Amino acid sequence: MRLKLVPDQTSIDFFRHYRLTFGTSIVAMVLSVVAFAIMGLNFGIDFRGGTSIRTEATQPVDIGAYRDAMTPLNFGDVAITEVFDPAFGADRNVAMIRIQAQEGTESVTPAQLDTVLSALQQVDPTLSFAAVESVGPKVSGELVQSAIIAVTLALAAVLFYIWLRFEWQFSVGAVAALVHDVVLTIGLFAVLQIRFDLAIIAAILTIVGYSLNDTVVVFDRVRENLIKYKKRPLKEVLNISINETLSRTVMTSVTTLLALISLFVLGGDVIRGFVFAMIWGVIVGTYSSIFVGAAMMLRLGVKRDWSKNAADKAGAQFGVKEG
Amino acid sequence: MIWGVCALGILFSMPNLFYDRVERHNDARAAVEAGMATPDQVADELALWPDFLPSALVNLGLDLRGGAHLLAEVRVSDVYADRIDGMWPDVRDALRDERETVGNVRRIPSEPGELRVQVSNTDAVGRAAQIVRDLSQPTQTVTGFGTARDLDVRVDGAEIIVTLSDAERQATDERTMRQSLEIIRRRVDEAGTREPTIQRQGADRILIQVPGIGSAGELKDLIGTTARLTFHPVIGTTSDGDQAPEPRQLIHPSLDEPGRYYILEQQPVVTGDQLVDAQPAFDQNNRPAVNFRFNPAGGRAFGQYTAANIGNPFAIVLDGEVISAPVIQAHISGGAGIITGRFTVEETTQLAVLLRSGALPAEMDFLEERTVGPELGQDSIDAGRTAAMVAFAAVLLFMLLTYGGFGVIANIALLLNVSMIFALLSAIGATLTLPGIAGIVLTIGMAVDATVLIFERIREEMRTAKGPARAIQQGYEKALSAILDANITTLITALILFAMGSGPVRGFAVTLGLGIITSVFTALFVTRLMVVIYFERARPKTLLA
Repeated sequence: MRLKLVPDQTSIDFFRHYRLTFGTSIVAMVLSVVAFAIMGLNFGIDFRGGTSIRTEATQPVDIGAYRDAMTPLNFGDVAITEVFDPAFGADRNVAMIRIQAQEGTESVTPAQLDTVLSALQQVDPTLSFAAVESVGPKVSGELVQSAIIAVTLALAAVLFYIWLRFEWQFSVGAVAALVHDVVLTIGLFAVLQIRFDLAIIAAILTIVGYSLNDTVVVFDRVRENLIKYKKRPLKEVLNISINETLSRTVMTSVTTLLALISLFVLGGDVIRGFVFAMIWGVIVGTYSSIFVGAAMMLRLGVKRDWSKNAADKAGAQFGVKEG
Repeated sequence: MIWGVCALGILFSMPNLFYDRVERHNDARAAVEAGMATPDQVADELALWPDFLPSALVNLGLDLRGGAHLLAEVRVSDVYADRIDGMWPDVRDALRDERETVGNVRRIPSEPGELRVQVSNTDAVGRAAQIVRDLSQPTQTVTGFGTARDLDVRVDGAEIIVTLSDAERQATDERTMRQSLEIIRRRVDEAGTREPTIQRQGADRILIQVPGIGSAGELKDLIGTTARLTFHPVIGTTSDGDQAPEPRQLIHPSLDEPGRYYILEQQPVVTGDQLVDAQPAFDQNNRPAVNFRFNPAGGRAFGQYTAANIGNPFAIVLDGEVISAPVIQAHISGGAGIITGRFTVEETTQLAVLLRSGALPAEMDFLEERTVGPELGQDSIDAGRTAAMVAFAAVLLFMLLTYGGFGVIANIALLLNVSMIFALLSAIGATLTLPGIAGIVLTIGMAVDATVLIFERIREEMRTAKGPARAIQQGYEKALSAILDANITTLITALILFAMGSGPVRGFAVTLGLGIITSVFTALFVTRLMVVIYFERARPKTLLA
């Protein structure tokens, strides 16, 4: 008994509601930008500097009492959140305390940490620090900069590679899909106010990689079919290509999601935000390769006269191997 | 050949399955090699893992093992001021030799890193500047002597301004950084921690990662202390610490007696650079102390000074505090001495370590610090392991259900793929971090992609009814360009992540990148080999129907 997620032959018209899907994507992107502009991102200390402390105690976390203990210390803006994880037992209570960057010092001093610890131990003697991270404003500024450079560079490199291997319309389509994914991810993080730190940048870049993977597989088939069906309209060729690769697209998304979901549930709270970004990315990435990437190509139109040199190019570029 | 690569992959990834055993074995062997233990003493540990098997392990990152991470910025420009101040006696002596022409010479207060000299005979200021200029030497770089001179000498009215030249500043920065790195490495090594990472980052930064240490604060105490030891002639004492010192004098507080300040000559008699040894000890009253010994040059300077100043006090200064100011009782000739103060035994032990490893040439600011407790690290490993197992099982089951017999092939390829990732990680000594585990889990999901591409293509080719053999061949050929394009683009992002990222992000990039390479390899070669073997044995009429 075989499992079949997608029937052998499908002929779904992916562009029937072309205006609707494309429009939805645009609206979603605009909403993301608006959310980002109004609510902003909940930046972690990687990007805004400051100190974050992970506390563990056997008694339940009392955020109000923690806050009262911290207030006399005059650290300015202090954010305290409790961390939940199904893996924690009743005697493991974890909280994250974030302290803004202190004036005049790059990172937290051991003396400051000691005062925080002793103040909190007044509230709960069982409390201890499981992890402390402190990033100075100098470094956090640089981290923001290098994160932006990394994302931009990745997009540019991809744009260039696809342009090299395909036609420019493919390249624009792929990058439109990528920008769509990145914007929607940032939008979601703004709406849900999930902590946005360096690991999330890594997740976004992985989403870029994954979405691209998906887009390229579809495009590869489009290129092949453009040669095969020279006379058919572009819309039909795109539809055939997407249908032909649909089974693979679904398979890969499902296996990747299986892996990610198990990581999300069982991987611990430390990387949950990171994994969440990736799950979201896989979903929008799969969607965007069809409804944004390919749709964009439909808008732009593609040079149909691939036949001569392009036909050789497609097969010969990497040299088809025998044996 | 393909099997060989797979076998190597399994062989080299195996030690990671028995992480704890292999680690103890490796530690024991390292101890034997360092001469700290005999093979008999650690026979139990050695027996935990056979010597003929590979024993390279994946390094666990700080977030998994627990430990401390620091990013320090060295104040390289501090050194300029010292260098310039050190020039003054030479400049003074050289100008005094020409007193006939330049007249009286006086140093006037100036910015740090600048030497302003006034000569009374203003007409001869150009001549004086020339004399100072002649003192400059070719810049000493790491590779040898440069063509540039080390001093910039300008004339401003009746004053001569001496600063370090740009070339010299660069060379000085380079030396300062090398020295700082070396000293930090020695201090961390003396503390006896396992596999510390001490790396230079950019022009003036040092990244220090020490697994297993309790907190970043502890690490800072160890490496952040400059431990600059100097011996100064004492001019007097005062109770006013805010009093402005006379030119070429210093005021330092006393370590033992609050409210007491020593007025010292700025130019030290000897410095800690000339120490060859320092050991924790006890003085004649059985109080903790540190014994030290100078090198011959330092011993000579110390001996001459003590011979000439019997009955006068001199001050032992550590990082701007006077530890003690004993009166010189006799000429100290051997170049050895003892530092006493209100120390505990731990303090003397640490001070001895610091003195032995040398003083840091400049102070450091800590820009970033992270501490991960060992329990949290262990939790993360456990969670990551469980998640990876479940992910693995889910994907294996899913593939089996979808592709049946071919699913088995895909699953064997996937297992080989993961063991190859671990083998490569161990072989290149890469560090596995928590995002790195996520990278592996993601790879498990994505690794099947290439295989899926091929299988789906074979399925399609079967439909055009050219027979199974042809379908297999066509499937692999036609899937090739999609596989390569898709993976090269992902590889590009992995490379950019590696180049731009730091710490955990970089760990993720490494596993992702390696995962892409191994998954392409297994999909293109390993599965093909297995598919062909299967096909030739079974000769099925249809495939993947």
